[in-house]
Amino acid sequence: MSEAFLHAALIASQVLLGAGMLLCAWRIWRGPAAEDRVLGLDTLYVNAMLLMLTFGLRSSTTLYFEAALVIALLGFVATVALARFLLRGEVIE
Amino acid sequence: MSYAVGLLALAGALLAFGGALGLVRLKTFYERVHPPTMATTLGTALIATAFILHFGTAHALLIGVFMALTTPVTYVLLVGAARRRRRS
Repeated sequence: MSEAFLHAALIASQVLLGAGMLLCAWRIWRGPAAEDRVLGLDTLYVNAMLLMLTFGLRSSTTLYFEAALVIALLGFVATVALARFLLRGEVIE
Repeated sequence: MSYAVGLLALAGALLAFGGALGLVRLKTFYERVHPPTMATTLGTALIATAFILHFGTAHALLIGVFMALTTPVTYVLLVGAARRRRRS
């Protein structure tokens, strides 16, 4: 019984995270300014990282944890680089 | 135990979805900066807690702490860049 509840809850959370990723993609597509697009990309990678963690919970392997950690690190670096690019027009000066 | 894991994961996913929904619904850029922080701090913390409870190892604490530390840095830089661009 509790296993069935866990399975249903994880499926529901994956559907919610996928819908969140679609909404972020909409914001990247439409976003009036470049800042909105960077913000949408940031939220998109956070949702993808959480989706990785729920995949790990569903399949009961800790393999997905490393993938989530790598997504978190690279997403942070990417967003900081994009913010610096918006600020100065170049990433490394 | 698996009830707690399922409820924590569901609550975290709901917060992440709410953050994405706010990103689409709100009108100006400065309003839109707020909702994703809900997903990046509390949503990540809840799902990482579910991960820790399910596997019994404290690895996922690393992701929660890392996201809680890096989100403010990212958004301060992003809003600073947006302000500079609006002014010029």
